[in-house]
Amino acid sequence: MEITPSIATPMQRLLYLWRIRWRLTLRALKEFGRQLLGHPVALVAGIIILAYLLGAIFAPQITSHDPARGNLRLRFQPPAWQEGGSWEYPLGTDAQGRDLLTRIIYGARISLLVGGLSVGISILLGSTLGALTGYYRGRLDAIISRLADLLLAFPFLIFAIGVMAFMGPGFTNLIMALTFKGWVEFFRVVRGEMMAEKTQEYVEAARVSGLGHTAIIAKEILPNIIQSVFVLGTLRMGDMIIMEASLSFLGLGIQPHIPAWGSMVASGRDYMLVSWWVSTFPGIALLILVLSINLFGEGLRDILDPRLKLQG
Amino acid sequence: MKAIKILERSLAAIPIMFGVAIVVFLFMRLTPGDPVDIMMGQGGAVSAGEMEQLRAEFHLDQPLHIQLWLFLKDAVRGDLGYSYVQKLPVTRLVAERLPATMELATAALLVSLTIALPVGILSATRQNSLLDRFSMAGAFLGISMPGFWLGIVLILIFAVRLKWLPVQGRVDFESQFTPVTGFFVLDSLLTGNRAALISSLKHLALPALTLGAPVSAVVARVIRSSMLETLRSDYVTLARSKGLSEWSVVFKHALRNALIPTVTVVGLQVGVLLGGNMIVETVFSWPGLGRMVVGAIFDRDFPLVQGSVMVYAFTFVIANLVVDILYTYLNPKISL
Repeated sequence: MEITPSIATPMQRLLYLWRIRWRLTLRALKEFGRQLLGHPVALVAGIIILAYLLGAIFAPQITSHDPARGNLRLRFQPPAWQEGGSWEYPLGTDAQGRDLLTRIIYGARISLLVGGLSVGISILLGSTLGALTGYYRGRLDAIISRLADLLLAFPFLIFAIGVMAFMGPGFTNLIMALTFKGWVEFFRVVRGEMMAEKTQEYVEAARVSGLGHTAIIAKEILPNIIQSVFVLGTLRMGDMIIMEASLSFLGLGIQPHIPAWGSMVASGRDYMLVSWWVSTFPGIALLILVLSINLFGEGLRDILDPRLKLQG
Repeated sequence: MKAIKILERSLAAIPIMFGVAIVVFLFMRLTPGDPVDIMMGQGGAVSAGEMEQLRAEFHLDQPLHIQLWLFLKDAVRGDLGYSYVQKLPVTRLVAERLPATMELATAALLVSLTIALPVGILSATRQNSLLDRFSMAGAFLGISMPGFWLGIVLILIFAVRLKWLPVQGRVDFESQFTPVTGFFVLDSLLTGNRAALISSLKHLALPALTLGAPVSAVVARVIRSSMLETLRSDYVTLARSKGLSEWSVVFKHALRNALIPTVTVVGLQVGVLLGGNMIVETVFSWPGLGRMVVGAIFDRDFPLVQGSVMVYAFTFVIANLVVDILYTYLNPKISL
């Protein structure tokens, strides 16, 4: 690190601080990349997740078929390697003659979007509430903690199914159903860590040096907690994706015309005896994605937070 | 002393149950628009008088806090309302379906523990062996596998291809017997009906495996990690240095303590069993609570959905209460 140069204006001072911050972030990222290289399983898992992400984004460029419109004359085409299959439809077609691979690629959009958004919002909501209540305690803490306890009394999937049953299917409703309860775990982790960190000396020092409460929470304490939140978030993303698929399997997901893996598996159920592929392949796509996310999350935990022991 | 603490802990569950009931009550408020309108939308032509009657039945004509009070008052008396579609009390419908669901959940729990205990213990005693790696990879797969898909794949393999096991239902049509408890395996044992026993066990196998697989994966991982911890502890080293056999070290000294965290995790996994229940019952057409709820959702039978969700949540609360109590017996150091 260079020696502090003469600082003329507040603007220069700010720029200087930002430069240091940027350099520190860059260094941390480099270090993370180096450690990821030493963790081949997590690395491969990360690459697979990236491939899913790119596939979801560039779905129209990857495949020329329409995910929603099929050709009824081409119903139940088997996969290419089976007798009667063609490479035009590598994984075969479904009951409406739509290309299965195309629908699987488009289905990744819903899984990733719902998983990402529901975890993201849960983190944002849970961490904010957890940070505030863990730091300030008081009546708000009592109320929100009771609410969290209450929500924990529901099995997650039952709760989500219950909420969807009353709100009806739809994208926004799905995200809401998953975040209504999803924030609780992040809330509990951040609140607990906040209460522990608050008594540390560095917080005391920051307070003595005249830093406000908000600045202490945001700038001093949160950076120390955020890593465990990230790890937990990754591990929960897999759960959220399975949950979304389970809901669409039951017909409680998004609108039926949008391809989602869960509803694709469900639609193949009636034709299981004649065409096994319709249910099987979307499930495999789901399994590989969730497996990769979980493996990546475990790797992330080893790298970022070896102390943390999250179960399940 | 212990009895008082157990009583205390049980009493603490009561406010939670009230809270659960309030949350479930608020579910009805999530419906966009008037619930009665939505229910009637599928019910066909209804006169305005009937609408009013239904609205009065659900107390929708009263202010919210009165509605809540009436709802709680009824719930305490075991009255969860009337199913709008089946025109029967929700409590009765739930009670009819509950044995099938309990049988499936119990079987799934047994299956998962039968898999998880040996796998977890063996993996821990032979850490980093091929067996350990293989079973932990399997456990990872089990955690990442969507239950509905596993069920379908199992049906494809064991029912469609190999024809070893039935696709759906609880028992063959031919095996007639009079239900006593509603647990078919138990009933066929009680009535000495061998054909029905074999049939019901065959029907139970795939759903129980599907429901139990993710639980066994989680439990095996927990048993392994807590066994590893206890195997490294001082008292195990002491037991070893006293010249005790490996068997006695593992099972008498290490396992007993390793089971303590496992019990908590199993308690939490009851939530997974309950949640997976609706999925697995749908996949295997298992005539239990879960399948009824899924049907009720599409019938817009809100009272039935509401009541059943409440029963699920209560079961979960009670399961965790039982686990907490069990905890004290396993670990004398911990008081409730």
